[in-house]
Amino acid sequence: MNAAVIRFPGSNCDDDALHVLGRVVGVPAKFAWHKDASLGDATLVVIPGGFSYGDYLRAGAMAAHSPIMAAVKAFAERGGPVLAICNGFQIACEAGLLPGVLTRNASLRFVCRDVHLVVEGRPTPFTSGIPAGRILRMPVAHAEGRYVHPDLPSLEASGQIIFRYVDASGSHSDLGANPNGSSANIAGICNAAGNVVGLMPHPERAAEPILSPVGLADGRSLFESARAHLDGVQRRVG
Amino acid sequence: MKTIARVFVTLKSGVLDPQGQAVANALHRLGFPEVKGARIGKYIELELDGEAADADARLAKMCEDLLANTVIEEYRIERDGKPSK
Repeated sequence: MNAAVIRFPGSNCDDDALHVLGRVVGVPAKFAWHKDASLGDATLVVIPGGFSYGDYLRAGAMAAHSPIMAAVKAFAERGGPVLAICNGFQIACEAGLLPGVLTRNASLRFVCRDVHLVVEGRPTPFTSGIPAGRILRMPVAHAEGRYVHPDLPSLEASGQIIFRYVDASGSHSDLGANPNGSSANIAGICNAAGNVVGLMPHPERAAEPILSPVGLADGRSLFESARAHLDGVQRRVG
Repeated sequence: MKTIARVFVTLKSGVLDPQGQAVANALHRLGFPEVKGARIGKYIELELDGEAADADARLAKMCEDLLANTVIEEYRIERDGKPSK
């Protein structure tokens, strides 16, 4: 059991992801550099946030074509679990690992604050241990988080909408709960097979109470769920 | 021989363009009420070495692979001022 955290020029929270994996949930993790051709013996991949390659052209567009991403695609095609966070989500969409695209926030502003998400959709390695309907609090920090998909009903029907922005009570109706104008309040999705999950919020920044303004550690449940998946056990987390 | 290809990447119709809306609003404030909408895209100039027989196909592949995200964008290519086939 080993995790690889992909590191691009301009990645951030890569150290945070490594810390949460290795020190908080006990999955030994190391970095994979964007020029590497191999993920080594990794059984879990995290594509972290940041501003890879300066987000030139479009957010994630350049990173999607870096050498390591060919290895990540092959890993994902074999069913390997991949968690793509924030800029990682943008990269995964640009690389074709996930459907759709993330566009400029409707407000045109960079948004940096805590949001609430509801967990739903089909089981994934990162959410199968979390009871459906659980509301998680974690921060977002992005300028391009408005998710667009050409066929939302099919995405919904296949259970690929995994996280939606809600207010603290779980309601979708509060317009202020959606920080970027994302379609159908989508905060995170998975691929058709369910093994690749992308989300705009940062679970690795909310995995320990000391890092949360309200003393929560909701982000940890995604990593604990992945740990249970790697252990091959069903374990309720979060 | 060097040639220039000009690539125009624009949002597909129906895709929300908050930047374009903001620009249209600013033009209204500046006294241009005739502006009914603004859409913002990208212009990319590529300097090409030689005149390959499959240049059009290669330019289209550049757009499909990197320059445009065809989920939300479309592209148009001109070579030496003429639309590419």
